[in-house]
Parts: sequence; C-alpha cells; structure tokens
Amino acid sequence: MSSHKALIFILTLLVSVSAIAQVSEVPEPLVFMNQQQQDRFDKLTQELRCLVCQNQNLADSDAPLAHDLRREVHQMLLSGRTDEQIKLFLVERYGDFVLYRPPVQKNTYLLWLGPLVLLLAGALILRANIKKRSVLLDADDNTKN
Amino acid sequence: MNSRMIPLLAFVLLVVLLVVGLKISDRKTLIPSPLVDKPAPEFNLPVLGNPGQKMSKESFLGKPYLINFWASWCVTCRAEHPVITDLAESGLVRVIGFNFRDESADAKAWLARFGNPYEVSLVDLDGRISIDFGVYAAPESFLVDPSGKIVFKQTGAMTHEIIKTEIMPRLASMEFRN
Repeated sequence: MSSHKALIFILTLLVSVSAIAQVSEVPEPLVFMNQQQQDRFDKLTQELRCLVCQNQNLADSDAPLAHDLRREVHQMLLSGRTDEQIKLFLVERYGDFVLYRPPVQKNTYLLWLGPLVLLLAGALILRANIKKRSVLLDADDNTKN
Repeated sequence: MNSRMIPLLAFVLLVVLLVVGLKISDRKTLIPSPLVDKPAPEFNLPVLGNPGQKMSKESFLGKPYLINFWASWCVTCRAEHPVITDLAESGLVRVIGFNFRDESADAKAWLARFGNPYEVSLVDLDGRISIDFGVYAAPESFLVDPSGKIVFKQTGAMTHEIIKTEIMPRLASMEFRN
C-alpha cells in the first residue's frame, strides 16, 4: 500500500468513527396499531420540516434530530393526540417554521393573499390596456371612414 | 414617462429584491425561537459524572445562568469552547452544560482533554430535553433570568462579540432590577 493510499484509508476510518460517535440508537421501525394511524403519521411527517436540513421534511430526512422528532410524533400518535396537538407541540418548540403549510395569520397574510392581489392587479392592467387599444382602434376606424 | 421603461423598472425591482434576499438569507436560516421571553422548559436530569444526583430547573432559580447545549461529537462546540471558558471564568454568569445525545464516557473524556468550563453538566442522553428547548443545532445557548425565563438564545457558536452585545447588557439589566 502506498503511503498515499494508507493516508486515504486512515482518513476514511476517521470519518466513519466520527459518524458513529453521536449516540444514535439504530432506528427501530415504528409500529402502528392500524393503517389509519400509519397514514396520519405519513401525512404529518411530510408536512413537518426537518430543522437540520431545512429543505427536507421529517419523513425524508435522515438527520438524528429527524429520527428523534419522528419518534416523538409516533409516540404522540399512539397516546391519542390529535394532528393539531402534535403540530402545536412542534410549533411551541420550533416556531411556525416547522410547518411546511404555514397557518393563515397576521404575519402570513401577504404570503397567502399576495398572489391573489397580483392576479387582480394583472387583470386590472389587462382591462385598462384592452380599453385603451379598443379606443385607439375605434379612432383609427373613424379616421378611415 | 415612456411606457417602454416599465419592463426595465420591473427588472430593476427584481434585481433589488434578489440582492436584498441574498443579503438577509444568512439570517433567515436561523430560526427565531418561540421560547425567548417564555419560561424555560422544565427539566430534571442526572449530573455528568454523578448519575445518582439529579438537578431540575428549580435548582437554578434565583440567579441568571447560561445553558450551553454541547456534545463530544459536536465540532463547533470545540470551536466555541475557549469562548465559553472565558465567559465562565469571568464569573459574570453561571454556565451550565447540557450534554445531549452523547455517551457520558465520551463527554467526560472531552472535558478532561479540553478543560471543563461548566459549573455542572447535566446529561440529556436521548435528547428529549433538547427537543423541549427547540434545539436543532449544536451548540446552542440559552440565557435564563433569575425567575427561570429565557431572555436570549444563541444558535450556533457563542462569540465574544455576542457576549458583549447580547449577553452582558441583559445581565446588567437583571442586576439593575434585583
């Protein structure tokens, strides 16, 4: 083995050692009592954001925090909490940011209503333009006649 | 105004929005904690190095303290370690370690190797308390006032700058009220 290869080998070992240094119980498969519960879990974890890798949801992420939060969501489901209660649990700790579907409230009016306002503005501009053009066309026609 | 200017103006506006967005994107990745200005979550955790002894939130009431979530696997914790040490040695505030999702043997070895700045470290082995504190990164620090209320949260490494601009003024206002 050349010294170069040996170095790479040692570095690889170091990386794998530090990767297992964090306590992560090998994630046990989560067990549900019925299909309906499983469906609720799937829907919830897809709507909740993983805060470590912020563009992934809890269902997709493999971050340790996502494992822990899935475990929490699972336990809350089994203990009979509603979807709303589970979301509230996470919002109280991590803020609205944890929700992929932001609630309609004062600081999200612009987010929810903005597109509608833009659409309306576009419609008004379009109408004004059509009017202006039809007036011009009429004037054009009149001069021709 | 020439109506041909409108697309140009719209484009300039878009560019301005882009630049502003890029400028604040650094701050955007840090999520404001909903826990600031609220009572710190309850905890009752074993002491690192003395698992028979447990300490709860009540044990710390009466004086301000800084909770520093750390772990031996956390690279940034090592980077901020000198700053935390300086803060602890200054005696300005009690510094309590929350060792989370970490093997206690690794944690003790880490403290032995780099020095132990903490008055005490509590063990949050499965990370449940870190979830109650809304911790999503490591390290994170919470400044708690004498009544047990969180008054400031730092996500990521503590710096001397933050101690000067965020921690010290808040400590000063607490003493003023005492």
